[in-house]
Amino acid sequence: MASTELKKSPSAPRGRPRRTRRLSSRDRAVLGLMVGIPALVHIGLVWLPAFGSVLLSFTRWDGIGGFDTIEWAGFDNYRQIFTNYPPFWPALQHNVIWLVFFLLVPTTFGLFLAVQLDKNIKGSRLYQSAIYLPVMLSLAIVGFIWQLVYSPEQGLINNILGRTGQGDLIDWLGDPSLNLWAVLVAASWRHVGYIMILYLAGLKSVDPSLREAAAIDGASSRQAFWHVVFPALRPVNVVVLVVSVIDSLRAFDIVYVINKGTNGLELLSVLVTNNIVGEASRIGYGSALAVILLAISLSFIIPYVRSIFREQR
Amino acid sequence: MTMTATPSGTVPTTAPPTPPERPRRGNRPARIALHIFLAFTALSFLAPLLWTVYTSLRPYSDTAEHGYFSLPRKLGFENYADAWNQAELMHYYGNTLLVTLPTLLLVLFLSSFVAYAVSRYSWRGNIALLILFTAGNLLPPQAMLTPLYRMYNEIPLPESMSDSLVVYDSYWGIIAIHVAFQMGFCTFVLSNYMKTIPHELTEAAIVDGASVFRQYWQVILPLCRPPLAALATLEFTWVYNDFLWALVLMQTGDKRPITSALGNLQGVYFTNNNLIAAASLLAAIPTLVVYFALQRQFIGGLTLGASKG
Repeated sequence: MASTELKKSPSAPRGRPRRTRRLSSRDRAVLGLMVGIPALVHIGLVWLPAFGSVLLSFTRWDGIGGFDTIEWAGFDNYRQIFTNYPPFWPALQHNVIWLVFFLLVPTTFGLFLAVQLDKNIKGSRLYQSAIYLPVMLSLAIVGFIWQLVYSPEQGLINNILGRTGQGDLIDWLGDPSLNLWAVLVAASWRHVGYIMILYLAGLKSVDPSLREAAAIDGASSRQAFWHVVFPALRPVNVVVLVVSVIDSLRAFDIVYVINKGTNGLELLSVLVTNNIVGEASRIGYGSALAVILLAISLSFIIPYVRSIFREQR
Repeated sequence: MTMTATPSGTVPTTAPPTPPERPRRGNRPARIALHIFLAFTALSFLAPLLWTVYTSLRPYSDTAEHGYFSLPRKLGFENYADAWNQAELMHYYGNTLLVTLPTLLLVLFLSSFVAYAVSRYSWRGNIALLILFTAGNLLPPQAMLTPLYRMYNEIPLPESMSDSLVVYDSYWGIIAIHVAFQMGFCTFVLSNYMKTIPHELTEAAIVDGASVFRQYWQVILPLCRPPLAALATLEFTWVYNDFLWALVLMQTGDKRPITSALGNLQGVYFTNNNLIAAASLLAAIPTLVVYFALQRQFIGGLTLGASKG
């Protein structure tokens, strides 16, 4: 990237520019608008509602009456969710399974593929293009496509396995003990390519002299990878970790098109959404669910954002 | 896979440790095994799509009689024509355009404003703001969904802007949330890029008495063409592929963009697998165009956010 060259050039001052005092009042006003309007939009539509979720989670409200019908409920919503709301624990469990699966399977496979494709073999581009094609598709369309693949009698997989007879059908998406895993395979189909691209870019930026030095020292290519290349990929590893976590907490579209997130496919995101688009709109309840999801997300987001901005402070 | 029987036993580690620049000649069996593995993987990744294409090209009568897992008697584009006409897909593409185009322009402009002010000037709270933007972009949408839904129902709009008279169920609302949400990522990427532009370049403009805005417009923005192109490609794909916002914040099914509308159309118009396959592929076409025409920008965008991290 050109940016890295520019960064290295001695003419680029490293410190923060100090030009503010030379600005005219008009320039200050323009800058104020350039920051103010976007900041207002972002804070007003992202952080304000997120904060609103936290507040509303301690209340009872049907969302239909005016704001004066909001009642304080303390921790009631949370207590009910934990003790008296059957889909909650399965949903949380599915989210955790999704997260762990995403962190282990597509990431490892994506890294493995990137390492193979980085070996400068013929046709590398062609293989890459095939593997990352699913990245372009929306998770909703991924859901549709895999419904065709998993269809019990007409689907690709059962037909290949020869399990289309009435007695030995495998109902990949209908069987609650199976469907989460089937969906995870479908979601990974899209995620692997994404991870592969990130690692390929990372591998290209690893200084070749590092590998040469390792080779001269007599390291096997496996040793060189684990002791030299992989540590150099640390920034990419962090990004991969974050996108995998975020994507698994955001998972919604694919289960929603398959069966609206029921019967083994419950997720926290679905429960929150059902509290709005569903028949019974219970604002406080839905908000409490959202706060649980928010808390899990922030436990990953905060350390990540701190790490990327530490150097800039 | 007897070809891979080497001391270490696995494909990836058998290649001798030569510098990556030089094409490797040695260890042919390992190379061949690697090619077989990659070809198999690539094919498995294409298989679900190829299956969908195949299903979409077969007339329903053919598959009803012989099953989906059979050789074709006849192939054609009737399913595409049927899906297109029955569900009036053109209309939904129009809805998508109505959301995507304004969103793209607004996101890129507003993000470049903030990125410029944050990266080229020092003022109290500029890093804090950047942190807020970056973190906001990573939140799961459901974390803000419930209050947003209520807010959208409270904020009035004139009838000329929204026939629901509120932001809820209007394009303005969908565009606004996309802009607010996506700005985080774009600002982060653009500010990192702008930081690398040497100050000498704006120095001359300052000497000429150029205002803050002129420096942005005539010096900085033109230099940001590469990241802007990459971000435009990426954001187009993301906004196009959005399913949730329009599902929840757009009540009228007829007004939903194509990705969100697909769920409703299934079962109503798309009653068999052949039609579902055709409709899914039709809905994927714009992103596939990006895939074929703008692959470099797309990948550049994906890795741009990561390279700095």
